Amino acid sequence: MAALVELTEVSKHYGNIRALDGVSLRVNAGEITCVLGDNGAGKSTLIKIIAGLHQHDGGDFEIEGEPTRLTSPRAALERGVATVYQDLAVVPLMPVWRNFFLGSEPVTGRGPFARLDVAAMRRTTRDALLRMGIDLRDVDQPIGTLSGGERQCVAIARAIHFGAKVLVLDEPTAALGVKQSGVVLKYVAAARDQGIGVVLITHNPHHAYLVADRFILLKRGTMAGRYEKSEIDLDELTRQMAGGSELEELSHELERGEEPSGS
Amino acid sequence: MTAATTGRTDEEPEEAPDERLARRSPARRLLNRPELGAVMGAVAVFVFFAFVADSFLQASSLATVLYASSTIGIMAVPVALLMIGGEFDLSTGVMVTSSALVSSMFSYQMTANVWVGVGVSLLVTLAIGLFNGVMLTRTGLPSFIITLGTFLMLTGLNLGLTNLVSGTVSTKSISDMEGFPSARKLFASHLTLFGVDFQVTILWWLLLMAVATWILLRTRAGNWIFAVGGGSHAARAVGVPVARTKIGLYLGVALAAWISGQHLLFNYDVVQSGEGVGNELIYIAAAVIGGCLLTGGYGSAVGAAVGALIFGMTSKGIVYAAWNPDWFKFFLGAMLLLATLLNAWIRKRAEAG
Repeated sequence: MAALVELTEVSKHYGNIRALDGVSLRVNAGEITCVLGDNGAGKSTLIKIIAGLHQHDGGDFEIEGEPTRLTSPRAALERGVATVYQDLAVVPLMPVWRNFFLGSEPVTGRGPFARLDVAAMRRTTRDALLRMGIDLRDVDQPIGTLSGGERQCVAIARAIHFGAKVLVLDEPTAALGVKQSGVVLKYVAAARDQGIGVVLITHNPHHAYLVADRFILLKRGTMAGRYEKSEIDLDELTRQMAGGSELEELSHELERGEEPSGS
Repeated sequence: MTAATTGRTDEEPEEAPDERLARRSPARRLLNRPELGAVMGAVAVFVFFAFVADSFLQASSLATVLYASSTIGIMAVPVALLMIGGEFDLSTGVMVTSSALVSSMFSYQMTANVWVGVGVSLLVTLAIGLFNGVMLTRTGLPSFIITLGTFLMLTGLNLGLTNLVSGTVSTKSISDMEGFPSARKLFASHLTLFGVDFQVTILWWLLLMAVATWILLRTRAGNWIFAVGGGSHAARAVGVPVARTKIGLYLGVALAAWISGQHLLFNYDVVQSGEGVGNELIYIAAAVIGGCLLTGGYGSAVGAAVGALIFGMTSKGIVYAAWNPDWFKFFLGAMLLLATLLNAWIRKRAEAG
């Protein structure tokens, strides 16, 4: 069976700057592929290619076995690839239900009388969120009044509702506390259990290790490693991610009598 | 969050969500409306002038007030939509004059029928709106700069071209031309209701307000307008056509400028080429009083229409109170500040619950 999304030796240049070079990645249905890397490793460039915001200029990009070059986020959505961004997933001042359907609003009536199906939009929003286990008091409140974790969950529920086969999550836990991160990861796992292929971008190996089936390590735009979960343990993953020996050096530098606080 | 809403989630999980929704009091719903500040302001201004100016409450005075409000409101409504979409237009004031000038001069020079001029004017005005919108979306420069450029260019063109074509600062009279009576009927007629004379622009004003509200609250385009103003990156990421939405908003402003311009022409028969400068700020002020955020993503068409009503009541109320009209601008400035403060205060209260 062809993978939902498969990148082979993909590269991307901005002018003379190499943002991504020779990166391969495979997303299967019902699996979570984790992309790990430090700032500037090329994680955002990678998602922008998958999300249709940028086009790759080398290598192959296949969706369900078919070579693809996405020209816009809408084209990606039509192919079943939905991206949830860390900070720009929603419009804060708009009510939850308007955000939920933004860009794919259902209408009733025809011609100049085509209007938003407001009642259905409110109801569907509430139901879709409930199915994910999110119980909102009021779908009319501005989404900006929800907590960061709740907002991520709404965005994930939205992507699933609109038939995403592949969910690309950009640092969904980056700005969240421990408890909120756990909630978000629970929904990521719920999405996986519904048979969705998930690409989880993060720089937190602890979060990655909790849910992922496969790890891709990026470093300065190139692949630094590729592991199945059975091939690697958390400590090794953390070490690899932080740059191996560089981290050891750092911990020697920082070590002084007391143990450095582990954050 | 309020105590009334939060406490319930865990206690009564089997309770239907609609039950909890109903708990939001009507008063709070009202507080969340963006136009509330403007409505309160309008009531205050009305009561004030009703006491201060004796003739203010006469039917004919109210008709005059409504007329003054409508000429501002026709523009303030689409300007509000544009501001909700996160953009400015500083060229609106002179665009109205341009629209009237094009209509008048084209009819006078080229044909015998004013309707041809009216049609050409529509195309030219829409082209100006399209220019603003395309320049904005293509260059990514702030709309403040782009429309400031359009404003200055149009100001110059209005004066220069009129002088070139007519040899004076105003256009020639077109009242004896074919089609003038019917065009006047559409853009500048008077309706008598209960023995009081009303200008037709009041109907245009109400119609635009209704259409704009419908678009904003009940169509996909409306959802997109809020989204491009409130977070254009997020909007683009979920597939909202950001550029098309913004260009559409500029076209809407141009369409209203055309209506306004044709009223100017067919009401006064001749057009002064230097008119309109400064009006763009009045439209923006009316939209802001009506609850539009300068940063976009929030506001209402009804609010802007009420903002225009406040302007109309003040400008005419001062006359009826027999005060020196020099004070008008001072009043408006003070009102703008008060209304904005009131709006900010209400919004804070609403959000705090």
